[in-house]
Amino acid sequence: MEPITTVRSRTVVLAATDIDTDQIIPARFLTTTVRAGLGRHLFADWRYDAHGAPRPDFVLNQPAARDCQILVAGNNFGCGSSREHAPWALFDHGLRAIVSTQIADIFRNNALKNGLLPIVIDAATCRWLIEHPGVEISIDVPSATLTLPTGARVSFPLENFARHCLVNGVDELGFLLAHESAIGAFERRRSVA
Amino acid sequence: MQGTARTMLDKIWEAHAVTPEGVDTPAVLYIDLHLIHEVTSPQAFAVLAARGLQVRRPDLTLATMDHSTPTRTEEIFGGAPIALESAAAQIRALEHNCARFGVELLGLRSAQRGIVHVIGPELGATQPGMTIVCGDSHTSTHGAFGALAFGIGTTEVGHVLATQSLLQRKPKSLAISVAQRLHCGVTAKDLILWIIGRIGVAGGAGHVIEYRGAGIRALDMEERMTVCNMSIEAGARAGMIAPDETTYDWLATRPRAPQGEAWQRALERWRQLPSDAVAHFDREIEFDAAAVEPMITYGTNPGMVMPVNGTIPAHTNDPAFTRALAYMGFEVGAQLKDKTINVVFLGSCTNGRLSDLRAAAQVLRGRKVARGVQMLVVPGSQAVKRAAEAEGLHGIFLEAGAQWRESGCSMCLGMNGDLVGSGQYSMSTSNRNFEGRQGVGARTLLASPLTAAASAVRGRVTDPREILSA
Repeated sequence: MEPITTVRSRTVVLAATDIDTDQIIPARFLTTTVRAGLGRHLFADWRYDAHGAPRPDFVLNQPAARDCQILVAGNNFGCGSSREHAPWALFDHGLRAIVSTQIADIFRNNALKNGLLPIVIDAATCRWLIEHPGVEISIDVPSATLTLPTGARVSFPLENFARHCLVNGVDELGFLLAHESAIGAFERRRSVA
Repeated sequence: MQGTARTMLDKIWEAHAVTPEGVDTPAVLYIDLHLIHEVTSPQAFAVLAARGLQVRRPDLTLATMDHSTPTRTEEIFGGAPIALESAAAQIRALEHNCARFGVELLGLRSAQRGIVHVIGPELGATQPGMTIVCGDSHTSTHGAFGALAFGIGTTEVGHVLATQSLLQRKPKSLAISVAQRLHCGVTAKDLILWIIGRIGVAGGAGHVIEYRGAGIRALDMEERMTVCNMSIEAGARAGMIAPDETTYDWLATRPRAPQGEAWQRALERWRQLPSDAVAHFDREIEFDAAAVEPMITYGTNPGMVMPVNGTIPAHTNDPAFTRALAYMGFEVGAQLKDKTINVVFLGSCTNGRLSDLRAAAQVLRGRKVARGVQMLVVPGSQAVKRAAEAEGLHGIFLEAGAQWRESGCSMCLGMNGDLVGSGQYSMSTSNRNFEGRQGVGARTLLASPLTAAASAVRGRVTDPREILSA
């Protein structure tokens, strides 16, 4: 994973609450054996009509959404299945952060492992962001703060280990493999017990 | 002595912490059973291959195919190729990866194949006190045995393959106590839908739910699995139920359960698992099973649920609710009872076990699926299929005009060829009524096997108690 310290971008807003992973990427696009190239299926059923043509009224299809790296969404984003194809598709589309008042547990874990920032902020700030699509905001990982266009800074929860991994591009599998002797000792202890 | 009293979650967590969590690092949590399937594993095996790693404990890893795998007999046992080439490629990839890394695969034509959350328990691979993971959110099902079981993403599948461990923060605990017993005609599916309707689709976020109380103790193992299965639909990390005699009776004859002296030693360990009497939970909620009625969803998440005889409630100023009703073609204040349906799906990891098929067969015996309704019956595993056929249940379904398929996830999620058409109303015993879940534009009504079967007979949304008492 590439180190990630800041994301500065205009926002794109999907105000709906409880956006589930079947909306982020429908199951029929999961019959793949690779992780690349899923961005074209992102929000497929909201983004394209029955003939595969982009729906002009869907926000990600609008010119203002181009190059936006921050998605602001309604409460409980990413609920539903454990498919990591959801953060893969969001990242592949060019998004680098999801901002909401709540982000579902498994999606949050999956996002962090792919350099997609799951940012949970207070309801008032999120409501303001939803009401002001397209504003430029910045997210600073080391200080775990989000800076609004007014210069006001709001903090978001980010546990130390996740912050360390993001800022330093730590490979979690490598971190786990370094515990090999402890895992082996645990296995030996249990086989005796 | 609240200081030393522990919940079942505490006990299982502490017994599996290779290293405890600290301020700066999560725990390294050891995994006892890793279940894998064709859809969320190929990219994980690719990481192992790229880094020259092996599967650390193939003996604790079990693979099967269910999600994108077709359910038509000719596609499984020959006579026709697998219609979806991309699904066939996933199946070949799993066969290749399991052979290369030495992982046991209950493959396409195995008599033990089935939905991953059905076969783990029926083989006795799922046992109390274990940590169990799978790249699938409905892994929570296995918690019915007093295991800590949760869904993970593909990167974490790779972590477990390579190290048999995961980096985890301990979730909070939520006790849901259910008093009294369910009434006749009301099922475990109705109970869990009712609970989700009350706590909401994010109501369990960050928590492991422990279901307890007389209403839970009265449930058999398959009913307990239905309840734990849908914990994720309340946003919970996992659901669990303390093991008891019901659990041990169910497990005693399973092929992969401990045998002989090992069984006795296991029983002694398992009896220590239930939460201590004064254990502290981070949250506690109480419900009354006697208040539960047959339930049906009316919207596009499992929290949008009401009694079958109810009317769609108003949610002012909620755009998601308005959008959901527009998608479903429903209006506030409307009844769903007697609403015409087009498709009935009986199956899935929620309701695809033998007792579910028996319940539906009880309604369908000597009756016909209504004209214009397509009904698909998909057993949760090949073992469930054989057991149902031994009892003659398949004959009841076929006689009624339903289709009888090979096991798999089928219509629960539209990725294996079994689809609901756009705009059609599907009464489904599965777990998710999300937009497009069963096919683009499909409108899903979640319900119990009894309600689904009764509705199949009438061709309209029906309270099963009307038919059961007829």
